[in-house]
Amino acid sequence: MGKTLLDKVWDAHAVRELPSGQTQLFIGLHLIHEVTSPQAFQMLREQGLMPPFPERSFATVDHIIPTDTRQRPYLDEQAEGMMSAIERNCREFGIRLFDATSGHQGIVHVIGPELGLTQPGMTVACGDSHTSTHGALGAVAFGIGTSQVRDVLASQCLAMQRPKVRRVEVNGKLGGGVYAKDVTLHVIRKLGVKGGVGFAYEYAGEVLDAMTMEERMTICNMSIEGGARLGYVNPDQKTVDYLRGREFAPAVEHFDAASTWWRAMASDADATYSDVVRFDGASIAPTVTWGINPGQAIGVDENIPMPSSFAEDEREVAEDAYAYMDLEPGTPLRGMKIDVAFIGSCTNGRLSDLREAAKVARTGKVKPGVKALVVPGSAAVAEAAEKEGLHEVFRAAGFEWRLPGCSMCLAMNPDKLSGREVCASSSNRNFKGRQGSPSGRTLLMSPAMVAAAAIEGAVVDVRDILGRNNG
Amino acid sequence: MAELIRVTKVSGRPIPLRGNDIDTDRIIPARFMKAITFDGLGQYSFYDERFDAKGQQKGHILDDPRFQAKGTRVAIVNKNFGCGSSREHAPQALMRWGIKAIIGESFADIFFGNCVALGVPCMTASEADVNVLMAAVEADPTGELVVDVQGKTATYGTLKVTASLPPGAYSQLTEGTWDATRILVQGIEQVRTTAKALPYVRNFAG
Ligand code: SF4
Repeated sequence: MGKTLLDKVWDAHAVRELPSGQTQLFIGLHLIHEVTSPQAFQMLREQGLMPPFPERSFATVDHIIPTDTRQRPYLDEQAEGMMSAIERNCREFGIRLFDATSGHQGIVHVIGPELGLTQPGMTVACGDSHTSTHGALGAVAFGIGTSQVRDVLASQCLAMQRPKVRRVEVNGKLGGGVYAKDVTLHVIRKLGVKGGVGFAYEYAGEVLDAMTMEERMTICNMSIEGGARLGYVNPDQKTVDYLRGREFAPAVEHFDAASTWWRAMASDADATYSDVVRFDGASIAPTVTWGINPGQAIGVDENIPMPSSFAEDEREVAEDAYAYMDLEPGTPLRGMKIDVAFIGSCTNGRLSDLREAAKVARTGKVKPGVKALVVPGSAAVAEAAEKEGLHEVFRAAGFEWRLPGCSMCLAMNPDKLSGREVCASSSNRNFKGRQGSPSGRTLLMSPAMVAAAAIEGAVVDVRDILGRNNG
Repeated sequence: MAELIRVTKVSGRPIPLRGNDIDTDRIIPARFMKAITFDGLGQYSFYDERFDAKGQQKGHILDDPRFQAKGTRVAIVNKNFGCGSSREHAPQALMRWGIKAIIGESFADIFFGNCVALGVPCMTASEADVNVLMAAVEADPTGELVVDVQGKTATYGTLKVTASLPPGAYSQLTEGTWDATRILVQGIEQVRTTAKALPYVRNFAG
């Protein structure tokens, strides 16, 4: 019987079975950021432990870093404190830190693949739930809490229960103006925000095959929003081509051996799955969230669902969402006024995302009164975008061009909503208060849709701007 | 290294936290994570649900006089509790507020694992049982909710429901190996063997 990629990777990394029945799993790549790591380093210190494989951990700063100036010390004393803590911790424990001056700084899930640190067949862990992003390269990658960050630092291992695998196939072809973000929002909308609990999602099908690596990252990134702790795409020729020549990818003389091993880690054709679901790519519209979790989403041409359309156990959350978002069931979301537009995050802060948004930005100017931010996902993304002149396109259209970081995705830095502001956002979470104002409102959508909303000052269908056949 | 502490039974005054899909941003808003320790997080549990922009109480159950009590607390929750971010700050905040066990219909994966790592059992009960338990507690919050982790039940007065845990977490909690560091570190020689067999660890050389 064939095996899935998850099974192959799991078996290759299983150190032993623990008395609890869980697996002691070796972690090939451990990524660290400033928010979820300081307590872990402290616990290590208290227990007198040193990392056995410090060269398999890499750290960067993304969550609290300001995006307007990098002048130290940061104005925010707490942010400065966290920054100096990660510098001190990495120095003390011998871990490489990509700080703001390194040229490699960026959102942890953008830099891992970009530097070639993330590779197929690896286990990847990070104290961050969007670690699932790295699954796009065929890695088994998942988020962990701070005590588990300590465990990885102390032993390079985790005690884990093997998840089940659900194959999520998207077949056919996407229409013009429909992006990876729409696919992932559609999948979450259909399978629910808790549908993936206990599962790894294996994304496949014609749409995934046709996607670029960056698009696959957008899809895997949001697995956790559907409850799945990890999501992956089987490595193929595109994966191999993507990695060739990257700084931490295998050297030229070993690259063929690497690609052979990588390709062999893909799921076998006769692998068995706990579950298989299929979607038709052609039926997916530009999708926008209207509520307070990423599953509360609709096609931009649909109306906000009626309470009666929800299963009983979802109705209460829907009622809560209508009230919080101040929306009427049965009315269109299209036309809803926005105050802020945010393009960036580990979901949609890569070069291809900025290119798509820039295409739209070229067609107009940001509506007066709308604050629009473009925050590249990493220093490398910023540099590549600037080389193409994208920053000029955005600036000319009235967007602010910022320095790389998480920024308004979770607003731990000075970029925040205020009061009841409505933000069209290319990020991944529309939870209450997520963007820094306890009563702020978030509408998740693709970067092109955010750019369109910035220009119109309201939610619009990007296909009305770009046409429907440019897919 | 920490002593083995077996978590076989937790009892305390109950606190129902109603609602499905309660995310960790709600349990602890990100702005309270700008610190290098978990100290003092308890007071910020559910902060934005409890206080308005002026810092006035909004009448959240955490501030309800009927539900104030000292000592250990046991929370009762609905579906998909703790979804969203992996922040351990969420269970840390609840634990520091006093919650040492949770009974609910279901939990998000990462939140569940974070709780185990802190020795906080998240026991699963049926929707019907959770409803009955919540109703009983809301009618009279003064009793002790006894979570028998070992025996997989929860008892409130005369009410007794089945509460389950997956086998891995069950054994970690009841045998005291929930703080995984010790056991993982013990296996270091085997870890090196596993690592050696992985071609990428050798950079695919040889
Ligand atoms: S961009 Fe947002 S979701 Fe991604 S790592 Fe940063 S804060 Fe988390």
